[in-house]
Amino acid sequence: MKKVLLAAAAVFALATPAALNAAEEVHIPKEEWSFNGLLGTFDRAQVQRGFQVYKEICSACHSLKYVSFRNFETLGYSEGQIKTLAAQYEVEDGPDDAGDMFKRKAKASDPLPHPFANDAAARAANGGALPPDLSLMTKAREGGPDYVYHLLMGYKDAPAGFTVMPGLNYNEVFPGHQIGMAKQISDAVVTYADGAPNDAAHIAKDVTAFLHWAAEPKLEARHSTGLRVLIYALLFAGLAYLLKRRIWKDIPH
Amino acid sequence: MSTEKSIWRKAYEWHEERLPIVHWLDHSLGTKYPVPRNLNYWWNFGSLAMFMLAVMIFSGIFLAMNYTPHVTLAFDSVERIMRDVNFGWLIRYMHSNGASFFFIVVYIHILRGMYYGSYKAPREVLWWIGILIYLAMMATGFLGYVLPWGQMSFWGATVITNLFSAIPGVGKAVVTLLWGGFSVDNPTLNRFFALHYLLPFVIIGLIFLHIWALHVPGANNPLGIDAAPADKIPFFPYYVAKDVFGLGVFVVIYFTVVFWFPNILGDPLNYVKANPLQTPPHIVPEWYYLPFYAILRAIPNKLLGVVAMFGSILIMFVLPWLDTSRVRSANFRPVYRVFFWVFLLNAVTLGWCGSQLAEGLPLILSRIGTFWYFFHLLVILPVLGWVETPKPLPASISQPVMKAAE
Amino acid sequence: MANTAHAHAADAAGETRRDFLLHTTVAMGAVGAGMMVWPLISSMNPAADTLSLSTTEFNISGVAEGQRIIVVWRGKPVFVAHRTPAEIEAARKVDVSELRDPQKDEVRVKKDKDQYLILVGVCTHLGCIPLGIKANDPHGDFGGWFCPCHGSHYDTSGRIRKGPAPLNLEVPEYQFLSDTTVRIG
Repeated sequence: MKKVLLAAAAVFALATPAALNAAEEVHIPKEEWSFNGLLGTFDRAQVQRGFQVYKEICSACHSLKYVSFRNFETLGYSEGQIKTLAAQYEVEDGPDDAGDMFKRKAKASDPLPHPFANDAAARAANGGALPPDLSLMTKAREGGPDYVYHLLMGYKDAPAGFTVMPGLNYNEVFPGHQIGMAKQISDAVVTYADGAPNDAAHIAKDVTAFLHWAAEPKLEARHSTGLRVLIYALLFAGLAYLLKRRIWKDIPH
Repeated sequence: MSTEKSIWRKAYEWHEERLPIVHWLDHSLGTKYPVPRNLNYWWNFGSLAMFMLAVMIFSGIFLAMNYTPHVTLAFDSVERIMRDVNFGWLIRYMHSNGASFFFIVVYIHILRGMYYGSYKAPREVLWWIGILIYLAMMATGFLGYVLPWGQMSFWGATVITNLFSAIPGVGKAVVTLLWGGFSVDNPTLNRFFALHYLLPFVIIGLIFLHIWALHVPGANNPLGIDAAPADKIPFFPYYVAKDVFGLGVFVVIYFTVVFWFPNILGDPLNYVKANPLQTPPHIVPEWYYLPFYAILRAIPNKLLGVVAMFGSILIMFVLPWLDTSRVRSANFRPVYRVFFWVFLLNAVTLGWCGSQLAEGLPLILSRIGTFWYFFHLLVILPVLGWVETPKPLPASISQPVMKAAE
Repeated sequence: MANTAHAHAADAAGETRRDFLLHTTVAMGAVGAGMMVWPLISSMNPAADTLSLSTTEFNISGVAEGQRIIVVWRGKPVFVAHRTPAEIEAARKVDVSELRDPQKDEVRVKKDKDQYLILVGVCTHLGCIPLGIKANDPHGDFGGWFCPCHGSHYDTSGRIRKGPAPLNLEVPEYQFLSDTTVRIG
């Protein structure tokens, strides 16, 4: 058994170099998230609030192209609610019989529409900077959801002696500290129907939770399946150990 | 008094007479394959590697059914696998983490061979085939990493294919040939997919040769001495039972990563779609290539860096002759044992250097590490064989085993 | 292999426990392999995005009397025919009992909309697409559709009348959302 543990230790010793480069430059504090842990799940109410934040603030510039209206079912939306939600958006479809593109109300199967017609239009409207798609944002940055949260909360006055280029904004955690996006999240920029606190920290947290749901929609299935698989594997390993010991009982080794 | 044979028995015998597949299996990995009885748990990693290859091939085949090798669709098709395909997230995470675990297992398997001298006579050919398998794995892993068409996929492919541009004279032509164009683009992705699908089956073929070459001299053992027939036990049921237990422990670790830390071994930038016009500030290969990447960058000359990197693997082909000691197991080589752990520590350090920007301390360390890597293989090993006094070897496996049992 | 004999002796002593262990472990291993196969097979079934596209809506008012068009539903052609009174009459006067797949024309169309015939345009023999959409297509011996692959003839209700196909052309699930809008699926 000891040797097996040693083997496991060796496995992690070999694996660490890749993880080591995470800790350079800015230190990003860890936050508490409902989706962390052995059986972490998304806080439905929080993620729904986060969607409201996305809709009212982020979606002016940022697309969420890998999320479709139908996906909101896992957030606790009914089929009717999803239809109503989708119908608030217009998408381009076509060509029709006359060969023209036309606008129609979005359907459940449609992805969330882009705020801009294309990347060039997005750049033109944002001083040359392309607002990235947010579907995978919490997985596409070192630090994950913690990074996204602290980025939203990281707008501070630049320290003395630090020159911020025109059109850019100082941000504590953004690599290089100069970010194109202006500060978006402050106290009471949204009002929640459920009366949840809407100070900047809570809003940032809610929208980050929503973005993590958007990036990793199968997280809950992953955790619950994982636990069952792990229990099974542990039982199997235990039985295999007993069987091995039994079979080897009379072999001196 | 003879009992009537059942119809199944007759059918089995009829078939066996024509194609003795059960007989063959029994001799390959069954009751007719004698194995030294003193193998420790480090000997589990061969069968674990086979298990991981099976996991990779099966998960890969089903991923391929939903993957589209086209520059505009590859990234989206992977996201579709993650979001819409039934259990797609599980299959993909098993595959992407499976690559890392396959390498972890194989690295341990290789290091076990180096510690216990499994590459020495009469197992040189077995060792060679193992190196070929490792090279095929590296190629497969690299090709596979390109397929999701994230930023690291694209820039990894660009950097690695550009290594070949260091070949004097024809370098540029070779790289253009590899790309099928003038940059890493759609033709590159398409052929990488084809080759990524092909190479695992080449690995299967090599594994057959590897096991064949293993059966001729038989397995080495922790004492490194030749095992007498009396010190051998059949592979089935003994080592099958032991391997199954090892597998049980292994899958617990593997599934913990797959289900709870599926992205810990990957680079976040690969969740950003490839952008051929913007190189990320810090390109790193997958962790399993890092030591070699450090060797590449340690040398300030392009051609020499590439030569050193490939040389660091190819030199392993002559390891059986670089090591002049006739004692196999490091257990009886007190000095070599120290150098072995230094060598491993050095490799891990090189790996760390490979993950850092090539400047300052990491660069200095990677130069020292590169020097030590070759110094160990080219100087220490041959000299040690002549100057080291090994501890007395036991006359047989049963001698120390019996002692321990008392 | 002196040890095999040795081990056999040990077997006898612990036989029951070992058998139980052996069988449980092997059974668990088999279950585990099965559990691993299930997601793989399941991944071949339609994915969530495919399933979400399983309805198609179209405007039927543009189909003139006597005209037949094709709409795409789930990647398959759906025939939409606006039948003439003569075609409807031809379909209704057939003796149902003589049909290979007996079905009245009335059950293959919607009440009060019996001029519209909506069919999955896939031959029930081996999946080719029957001809008969355009006026100059062959319509078969019964004025409906004709499958060129193996010569199946369908009538003006899409029922199989001659040739190797075993069943009538399938009528998909559909509904009139309004007088002009039809949703298939």
